[in-house]
Amino acid sequence: MRIINRKPSRLTAFTLGLVPFAAAIIAYAAASHYRRLENPDDKLLPSLSDMAAAFARMAFEPDRRSGDYLLWVDTFDSLQRLGAGMGVSVVFALSVGVAIGFIPHIRSTLGPFASSFSLIPPITILPILFIIFGLGETSRIMLIVVGTAPVMTRSVAQAVMEIPRELIIKAETLGASVWQMMVRVVLPQILPKLITAMRLALVPAWIFLISAEAIASTSGLGYRIFLVRRYLAMDVILPYVFWITLIAYLIDRLLLMLSRRAFRWHHLQGESL
Amino acid sequence: MSGEPKVLIRNAAKIYGGTVVLERLNLAVDTGSFCTIVGASGCGKSTFLRMLLSQELPSRGEILVDGIPLPPEPSPDRGIVFQRYSVFPHLTVEKNLMLSTELERTPWTGRLFGRKREAARTGVAAILEKIGLARARALYPTQLSGGMQQRLAIAQALLKRPKLLLLDEPFGALDPGIRADMQALLTDLWREFGMTVFMVTHDIHEAFKLGTRVLVFDKIRHDPDAPEAYGATVTYDLHLNGKNRRPIPDPRDLITAPGTTKTGVSPHA
Repeated sequence: MRIINRKPSRLTAFTLGLVPFAAAIIAYAAASHYRRLENPDDKLLPSLSDMAAAFARMAFEPDRRSGDYLLWVDTFDSLQRLGAGMGVSVVFALSVGVAIGFIPHIRSTLGPFASSFSLIPPITILPILFIIFGLGETSRIMLIVVGTAPVMTRSVAQAVMEIPRELIIKAETLGASVWQMMVRVVLPQILPKLITAMRLALVPAWIFLISAEAIASTSGLGYRIFLVRRYLAMDVILPYVFWITLIAYLIDRLLLMLSRRAFRWHHLQGESL
Repeated sequence: MSGEPKVLIRNAAKIYGGTVVLERLNLAVDTGSFCTIVGASGCGKSTFLRMLLSQELPSRGEILVDGIPLPPEPSPDRGIVFQRYSVFPHLTVEKNLMLSTELERTPWTGRLFGRKREAARTGVAAILEKIGLARARALYPTQLSGGMQQRLAIAQALLKRPKLLLLDEPFGALDPGIRADMQALLTDLWREFGMTVFMVTHDIHEAFKLGTRVLVFDKIRHDPDAPEAYGATVTYDLHLNGKNRRPIPDPRDLITAPGTTKTGVSPHA
């Protein structure tokens, strides 16, 4: 049988999916082992057990100086910033995006500006944000907003414009006002696409979060990995990277699950990733 | 014909950037007529329907309903069924039907709750039964067959009791067997509601089977040097009634080859 027609069974598919992960871990363990044979104090590729110990230390032992459980404090602070930034972005994208997508005069007014604004590399705004908002929490959250809101706004506006015109006309013939069309036709139809936009926007959101924390912060996951970089503490950096990836993955799956639960009609039309 | 016509079209034309699509449309349609509209593709049948819906406005001339010019945008007095995208994919069958009541009663939320919601639910039970979707009430449109979706679309369009019901090739995507059922349902509803119907179809048998009046759109004036200079118009306007059913003419006789002149069966244009 041709290879394009051969489908793996569920068990095979699961096992196949594990292979690259296992291969990466084995390759790392081997490389680390041989490096440490040459130099037992090697910092670059710490052993898996060293990393586990460092991770446990960050998670379960209070910091000697501050008495905090650093991993949890860092995680909590970072997630708070991420959540605040994404929250502001979602509210902004929904209100402005729907207006741009649905009302031609607003589209003509704000469309070109929004498109131009979304092309500004957000990180170049960071010094401006520091000058305006100082080095505090606001600047970090604003960087996430600046980095994600413009693209999400464009996605929302695009989604509104992609609603078949027939449905809008149908709503008009059923006597709907503009406001009613927004709350009963436009919003419900774009919410699943908003969740997709959020999932895509989370990638840049993490980048800007880590950048902001690396540049000006005294807590957070990004702050921590850039802090311990000075001591070449790969045994902390690598588990942190893994931890951040795990959180990002879980948020992504949660959003997908939420979308499937709340917008069953959308997922009946064909599966998305 | 007696009394004031329901729909009166005076010298209407539609021109898109120099290309004349429709021209010299003059028509008086009585209340309760079932007008079917046929013609070659691209001859402006759908444009005509969109003008009746105010989805597009005539470039020249005027369209009056009950002696009053049409408003410049779609309104609840004209119901529409499109070939596709007629029902709301995010609402179940029942909620699609409840929507117009909800919109009417609640200007801000557009939603009914509690006892009022139950009342609205009861209100659509009869029509659900009539279109045979009572058991599918909790399904989403994508879970329905094409015929079921169109039944829902027709029922939804009728809930506002429109004066005009406009249908744009509503059964174009359906299997022949289902199409016959749908035609029967539509005829029933038309008799029951007594509204004036305009239906675009590409099936000439369907046009003669359902219509009390068949309008044939065609382009009769041709300028070989400027093909966009003239548009289509109503070339045949056939009044049918139960007693005096005409045999269905050969479509080739209704749509002429370019350049020929014709003698209409009932020249109205």
